[in-house]
Amino acid sequence: MTGSHLAKLAQAAALAAAIAAVAVMPQEVEIFDLMQYTLFAAMAILALSLGFIWGFGGILSFGQTAFFGLGAYAYAVAAINFGDSTGAVALAVLVPAGFALVLGYFMFYGRISDVYLGVITLTVTLILFNLVNSTAGDEYRIGAAALGGFNGMPSIPGLNAPGNPDYVLDPEELWFVTGGALILVYVLLRLLLASRFGRVAVAIRENETRAALLGYDPRLTKLAVFVVGGGIAGLAGCLYANWGAFVSPTIFSLALSAEIIIWVTVGGLGTLIGPVIGCVLIQYLVAQIGTQQAFNSNLVLGVILIAFVLLLRKGLVPTAQDLGGRLIALLRRRAGRTAESLGALKEAE
Amino acid sequence: MRISRRDVLKTTALSAAGLLASPAILRHGALGADDPILVGSLHDQSGPIAATGVPMVASLQLAIEEANAAGGLLGRPLKLVHYDTQSTIQMYSQYAQQLALKDKVAIVHGGITSASREAIRPIFDRFKVLYFYNTLYEGGVCDRNIFCTGTTPAQTVEKLVPSAMKDWGKKAYIIAADYNYGQITAKWMTKYVQDNGGEILSTDFFPLDVTNFGPTISKIQAAKPDIILSALVGGNHTAFYRQWASAGMKKEIPIASTTFGLVNEQTTLDAQESDGVLAAYGYFEELTTPASTTYLKKLKDKFGADIPYISEIAAATYEGFYLWLAGAKAAGSLDRMKVIEALESGISFDGPTGKVVLDHATHHATRNAYLGSVKDRHFSVVATYEQQPPSDTAAVCNLIDKPTDNQQYVIKV
Amino acid sequence: MELAAILTLDVLNGVASLILLCTGLAIIFGMMRIINLAHGEFLMLGAYATVVSANAGVNIWVAMLVVAPLFVGAVSLVVERCLIRFLYGRLVDTMLATWGLSLFIVGLVTTIYGNTIQGVPTPLGGFSIGAYRSSLYTLFLVAMAALLLAAVWAVLRYTRLGLIARATMQNPNMAAALGVSPNRVYMATFAVGAAITGLAGGLLAPVSGVVPTMGAAYVAKAFITVVGGGSAILAGTASAAGLFGFINQMAAYLTTPVFGEVTLFVSAIILIRVLPQGISGRFFGRSL
Repeated sequence: MTGSHLAKLAQAAALAAAIAAVAVMPQEVEIFDLMQYTLFAAMAILALSLGFIWGFGGILSFGQTAFFGLGAYAYAVAAINFGDSTGAVALAVLVPAGFALVLGYFMFYGRISDVYLGVITLTVTLILFNLVNSTAGDEYRIGAAALGGFNGMPSIPGLNAPGNPDYVLDPEELWFVTGGALILVYVLLRLLLASRFGRVAVAIRENETRAALLGYDPRLTKLAVFVVGGGIAGLAGCLYANWGAFVSPTIFSLALSAEIIIWVTVGGLGTLIGPVIGCVLIQYLVAQIGTQQAFNSNLVLGVILIAFVLLLRKGLVPTAQDLGGRLIALLRRRAGRTAESLGALKEAE
Repeated sequence: MRISRRDVLKTTALSAAGLLASPAILRHGALGADDPILVGSLHDQSGPIAATGVPMVASLQLAIEEANAAGGLLGRPLKLVHYDTQSTIQMYSQYAQQLALKDKVAIVHGGITSASREAIRPIFDRFKVLYFYNTLYEGGVCDRNIFCTGTTPAQTVEKLVPSAMKDWGKKAYIIAADYNYGQITAKWMTKYVQDNGGEILSTDFFPLDVTNFGPTISKIQAAKPDIILSALVGGNHTAFYRQWASAGMKKEIPIASTTFGLVNEQTTLDAQESDGVLAAYGYFEELTTPASTTYLKKLKDKFGADIPYISEIAAATYEGFYLWLAGAKAAGSLDRMKVIEALESGISFDGPTGKVVLDHATHHATRNAYLGSVKDRHFSVVATYEQQPPSDTAAVCNLIDKPTDNQQYVIKV
Repeated sequence: MELAAILTLDVLNGVASLILLCTGLAIIFGMMRIINLAHGEFLMLGAYATVVSANAGVNIWVAMLVVAPLFVGAVSLVVERCLIRFLYGRLVDTMLATWGLSLFIVGLVTTIYGNTIQGVPTPLGGFSIGAYRSSLYTLFLVAMAALLLAAVWAVLRYTRLGLIARATMQNPNMAAALGVSPNRVYMATFAVGAAITGLAGGLLAPVSGVVPTMGAAYVAKAFITVVGGGSAILAGTASAAGLFGFINQMAAYLTTPVFGEVTLFVSAIILIRVLPQGISGRFFGRSL
């Protein structure tokens, strides 16, 4: 079997394993752990959105939380108003994507790049925070949904089976939806990256001028990448709002924005599975750190992050890939040497 | 000296594993004792809100210790299960689920900002865990599964404003933090000023991360009020009092506040910056009643350096715990509905703040209110108002008539 | 008339605060293109150094002007040697490292000093312009900001150190070929930038609420101003601070502080859109 056949087989096997894991999980773990994993999955989708636009599109956005929060709020407002969550989910993806379209047009067609783009996206999420934070009075309603200001919107209606508003999903079913969405988003992004569009996006990330000289429009491609990222972040926001049944303006905060960047960096920029792993790991760590009272939580997390950056330079997944590669090379050499020595023995006979 | 990466990785992994395993080890060891009753705690011990959260947890720990020394509850010891929510709403939701589903606690005390309370209240409703919210807030929560023991504006602002107006004048300028609590408190301040024949010159709201109050100080001077009513919140807003004093305005226009002291402003500011500020709370550390001094002494002995000042919020947590304890004892069981019914039957507790009575219709507390004036970086209590009812929440919430009510009303002022 | 004078002072104060906040960051970012997410914490350390030493008896001016920058400069040297040094050229990793550093510093200060600490009152007093009162300290801050800009400009323009710094910033390889060690320049620049930030923190301590998490309120604005200013350290920062400070304070005065914040953000977005390389990308191109 050739290398690429092996790789494809491995990918298919991994996919099957992931689907099996999602299906089997409710039987293996308690309900709390299941809900915890649901949260991790939703945040992993958010991590994927940044991992995609940054690792493959070269767009460092300091404000993915803007789309995350817009998705969560859009879902909350729509679910309360419609009474049925199907349309709400659609809005949760479309509203952030639309916003990304406008913002992206503003930025990419203005030839804004790298740090300046980061600052604009950061500013946007801060503006959203300030705006939503001011909506505390009863008069700030969209339809039947009071925005609630800093206190947020509690008791957001959960997802229901499409077309059947009375059948609200229980935690197990929510896990299936969220875990399934994670796998779906991952597969879709993989397919997107393998397509012509994906290759152009990567080419633009590598060298924008060269790609432009070859006839591709970097602005349009980056805009498309940004919109896809925005929509995915919106979906993550919708699932997050379902997990906690709550959303408040702190979803737009700089702290969460920076955390997403940390997840992607720890997991490995330039990979897709890296951000997922980085996200789950950091989320799990933060939850564990809060259960101990020996040390200040910030202190512990800070030390862990510094240790990470010093010891695992490329991020978890690339380091693992490196180690894996080295292991395989080592085994091959050993196999080669064994073959050599066997051959030498044979000759000696 | 060359430390190899392998060594560092190994030691880091071992120590991380140890650190992560320690709660499990600790909990395992403790559970070896006879089946304790678990008391959940969700408070911020790190991040911006930690200044409020740390004394609350200390109070809770003290109360549990005392209760255990007095024989526990229903023959079983009480055990605190505490999570540091790190000033993040997501952690509140996560740990709330953990307390309800994994630890299966009998009661939860926690939540500091209203946002954190609103994030976890529905979770405890859904998974049927009784919840006590002990922080002062803007009022309006109507939910049979929760008891709010902190003061609300009707209990404190209603006393603060007339007193300030009597001493200082009729024209007020309101400065408040720009979020629900600040905005609603500002509305109450407006109402009480107008009820007492005064006028509000302006109401200014400040985002929580504003640190430069220059333009506002100029605006205030242009408006020439008799009093400043402040509902500023948080460490960043302390800058106002500093900048106000440094402009020499401290002697010109007096300040009355419902939030001054919540991040230990009176200990962090200098006497020349804070003397004379009038505040109203359900408790002041400087109260001289025996209940208060005993509580204070025990708390400072145990936690001393960690808690520079005990505010109403810490004292209310202590009392909230004892109220629940009384309810559970009266019910003779930990069954949630039985305890709720017991608590609705007029349970009261004589605590450091005085007598606290739970009100059936609102699930809030009738408690004392005090006025304090800052002097030499302490408060001196200048007035006591006994047994103030939670009339603002009572105007919108009646759980006797509607026991399934479940929301926070925005009280129309 | 007096109101106009007071307002002018408010605007100058806002601008001066921004300049103090941003100069250190501009130096570090402009020189090494490092996004230092621990900037707010260096500020906080400067404030704490001032407060702790002033409360221990050190003269307030010495505490602000000497202790704070020296302390934060020393801390930053340690940080640079142990952490940043390995990460030059790796933008992504410096963000992760400095974010971890910021958490660590906040946690450490909280562990040592608790969640609140007794602060220092503003030295100097007030003065009157007609019926209005203002603080002499704001005048002092404005003077300090101007002095800081002048000092940095003088060092960059007239000293050998400044020459080496500018050369390394323009073309590190060439500078290396001419015998300058870029790594040592980076180390010195990082320390100087941090020391200036510490000074800013010390200067702001008497007019702020000093808590371990105080840095968070400043980080975003500092970044927005520095990036809006563009790559020229001084001209860019000064012009961006001037513009944003003016807009922020005026909007806060004319409407509400909420609106003041939002207006600052919106104008930053518009500015960067119109001038994609920041202010000094278009104007002040070749200046410092």
